Amino acid sequence: MKLTRRGFFKIAGATGAAAAGIRPKAARASAEPEDPYGCLVDITRCIGCRKCEDACNRVNGLPPPERSFEDPTVLNRLRRPDEKAYTVVNRYFAGQLDAANQLVPTFVKIQCMHCQEPACASACIVGALTKKENGMVHYDVTKCIGCRYCMVACPFEIPAYEYHDPITPRVMKCTFCFERITKEGKLPGCAEICPTEVITFGRRKTLLEVARKRIQENPARYIDRIYGEKEVGGTSWMYITGVPFEKLGFIDVPDKPTPKLAETIQHSLFAYLWSPIVLYGLLGGIMWTSRRNRPCPEDEEGDRQ
Amino acid sequence: MTHHPYPLKTRFWTPGVVLMAVLMAAGALAIVARFIGGIGYVSNLSTARPWGLWIGVDVASGVALAAGGFTTAFLAHIVGRHYYEPVVRPALLTAMLGYTFVVIGLIVDIGRSWAIWKPMIFWNFDSVLFEVAMCVMFYLTVLYIEFVPIVAEQFRGRVSLPGPLAALNGLAENLLSLADRILGKIMWIFIIAGVVLSCMHQSSLGSLMLVAPTKIHPLWYTPILPLLFLTSAIAVGYPMVVFETTLATSSLKLDGEMRVLAPMTRLTIYLLGLYMALKIGDMIVRGTYVHLLEGTAQTNAYLVEMLLGVIVPWLMLLSDRVRRNRRALFVACAMIVGGVLLNRVNVFVVAYTPPVSGASYFPAVGEILVTVGLISTLMLIYRFLVTHLPVLSAPAREGSS
Repeated sequence: MKLTRRGFFKIAGATGAAAAGIRPKAARASAEPEDPYGCLVDITRCIGCRKCEDACNRVNGLPPPERSFEDPTVLNRLRRPDEKAYTVVNRYFAGQLDAANQLVPTFVKIQCMHCQEPACASACIVGALTKKENGMVHYDVTKCIGCRYCMVACPFEIPAYEYHDPITPRVMKCTFCFERITKEGKLPGCAEICPTEVITFGRRKTLLEVARKRIQENPARYIDRIYGEKEVGGTSWMYITGVPFEKLGFIDVPDKPTPKLAETIQHSLFAYLWSPIVLYGLLGGIMWTSRRNRPCPEDEEGDRQ
Repeated sequence: MTHHPYPLKTRFWTPGVVLMAVLMAAGALAIVARFIGGIGYVSNLSTARPWGLWIGVDVASGVALAAGGFTTAFLAHIVGRHYYEPVVRPALLTAMLGYTFVVIGLIVDIGRSWAIWKPMIFWNFDSVLFEVAMCVMFYLTVLYIEFVPIVAEQFRGRVSLPGPLAALNGLAENLLSLADRILGKIMWIFIIAGVVLSCMHQSSLGSLMLVAPTKIHPLWYTPILPLLFLTSAIAVGYPMVVFETTLATSSLKLDGEMRVLAPMTRLTIYLLGLYMALKIGDMIVRGTYVHLLEGTAQTNAYLVEMLLGVIVPWLMLLSDRVRRNRRALFVACAMIVGGVLLNRVNVFVVAYTPPVSGASYFPAVGEILVTVGLISTLMLIYRFLVTHLPVLSAPAREGSS
C-alpha cells in the first residue's frame, strides 16, 4: 500500500473529472408544472351515492368490492383508499342539524391529491413517480422496486401497496385517469359519473377562480378556505366545504412542500459531488502525510523482501 | 507492535453454534413464506406503516453498527496509528458481513426483489434513498476488495480446489497473486473511498426521514438529523469493535485484546461526547425538551435512548477504571451499541406517526424471525470465516487449547 504524491493527484483528478459529468438534472422529478389540470370537489353538493367509487373501480379495472357500491351501510365506518380502491367516500356528522332536528351528514371523497410538488416523486428512488405537465402524479410500475419510500413520504397517507403479491406487487393510488385524459380526451371516471356535479374538472387556475366565486357568491354556504390551494405547496385536487375541514378528516399540513428540506440538504451537500471530492482530498492528504512520518510496518517488511 | 492474524482452526460446532443454526433455519422458513404469500403474509406492514422492523433494524441499524469498519480503517490506515492494526481485520469482516446482510434484508423487504438493480439505471437525484443505495452498493464493493488480501494471504501458494476443479488450481493461483500484487499498490484508493462513501450514506440515512416532517415526532425531527446520524455512526464504531471483539474472544477462548481496546475507547469519550452535545444542544435550541416528560411510549423511548444509550455509558467511559476493566468496558460499549440501535429504530419506527389514520405498528412474528435469522446467519459466517481465514490475531487464552 504505497501512496505517492503523483499517484494521488492523478487519481484525485480522474475522480473529479468523472464527478463533473454528474450534474444535477435541471428538471426535477417533483417540479411544479405551470398550468396543470385539477379537480375541484364541492363537498356541499355531495350526497354520498358512491357512484364515483363504482366508476373508478370500473375504469381502472380494479377487483370487485367485498360489499356492493349500492350498500349504504358501508358508510357506517370511516375508510381509507387501499390497494383495491383508489377512492372512497366517507360520511361525517359534523354537528349541523336539519329542520327535523336530525344530524346532517357530510360526505367527503378521498383520493390522491396530486400535489404540485409531490413528496412521493421526490422520494422515489428510481423516479417511478413523476409529476406530469398536465398535473398528474404518475406511477410507472416498470421502474418500481417496491421500497415503499413514497408511502413514507406522502403526507396524506395515500399510496397503498399490494402486500399480498409475493413477486410483482404494485403501488396503488389514483391515476387521475391518466390514460382517459391524455389519450382519450375524456373526464376522470369519477368526475364524469357524478350526478350532482360535485367534481369539476379543469385547469387548476380556473378551478381556483370558480371556487373563489362560489365562496364569494354564497358566503353562508361556504367556509372561506380552499383546501389544496396552498397546502404542501398546492395540490391539483382541491376542496371547498360548509363544515370546518378539521371536522371532516382533513389534516393540517404545512404550506411548504414537505420534501423541500430533504431536497435542499441533499442538493447543497452533493451538487457536483463537491463534498465527497473535498473529503477525499482531505483524507488523502492526511494519509500521505502520515505515511511519510510513520511508515507502515507491513510496507517495510515488503521492501526488505 | 507486531501482530499476526491467523486462522483459528478451532472446533466449529458448539452448542451456541447449533442454537444459531436453528434460529437461522427459522428465519429461512419465514423468508420462504414471504416469497410465497407476500410481505403481507409474514408482516404487520400496512399503507400507513410501510416501514417497520426490517428497515429499522436490518437496514438502518445494520449500516450504523457496521461503522467499525470505516472508523478503524481511518484510525489505523489513514491517520496511521498502526497500534490498532489487530482490530482492523475483524472490524472489516464485520462491516463486510453487515453490509451484505443489509442487502439481503433489503431483498426481503422490497416488494420487487428482482428489480433491486434498477436504481443503477433509473436515477432520481432528488431522492435521498437513491444516494444511500448508490453509496451502499459502491461501499459493499470496496469492502469486498479490501477483504481480498486476507483471502490471498491464506491461499496463495496452496490453492487446492476439490475434485475436478483441481484443474483450475494454477489459474486461481495466478489470479490470487495478481490481485494481491495490484491491490497492494492501489489499496489506498479504496481505503479512502470507503471512508468517504461511509460518511456520505451514514449521514444520508438520517436525511431519509426528513421527507416526512408531519410524521416524525419533534424530539427526533431536526434539520441536523443527517449530522446526528453521521456523528453517532462515528461514535459507535469503536464501541462496536469492543463489543464484537469481546464476544468473539470470549466465545473462542482467546485473549481479550484489552491493550488495544482500552486506549481506543478513550477516543470514544470525545466522539460520543460530540454526538451527545449535538443531540442535547439541538433539543435545547429547538425547545423540544417540553415533550420529554409527556410519558408516552415515544417520549419514553427517547429518554431510554438518551439516558441508557448515551449519557450513562459516556459517564462510565470517563473513568479510567472502567476502560481498563474488560467486563465494565463491555457493559459500557454494549450500552452505546444498544443506544445507537434504539436511535435508529426510534427514528424509523417509533417516532413515526401517520397523521391521518394514526395507525400503530408492532412487528409480526414472521418479521422478528427474519431479523433474528439474518443476525444469526451473520454470526455463523463470522465464526466460520475467522476459523478459516487470518482475521483475528489475539493469542489463545492461557490454559485453553
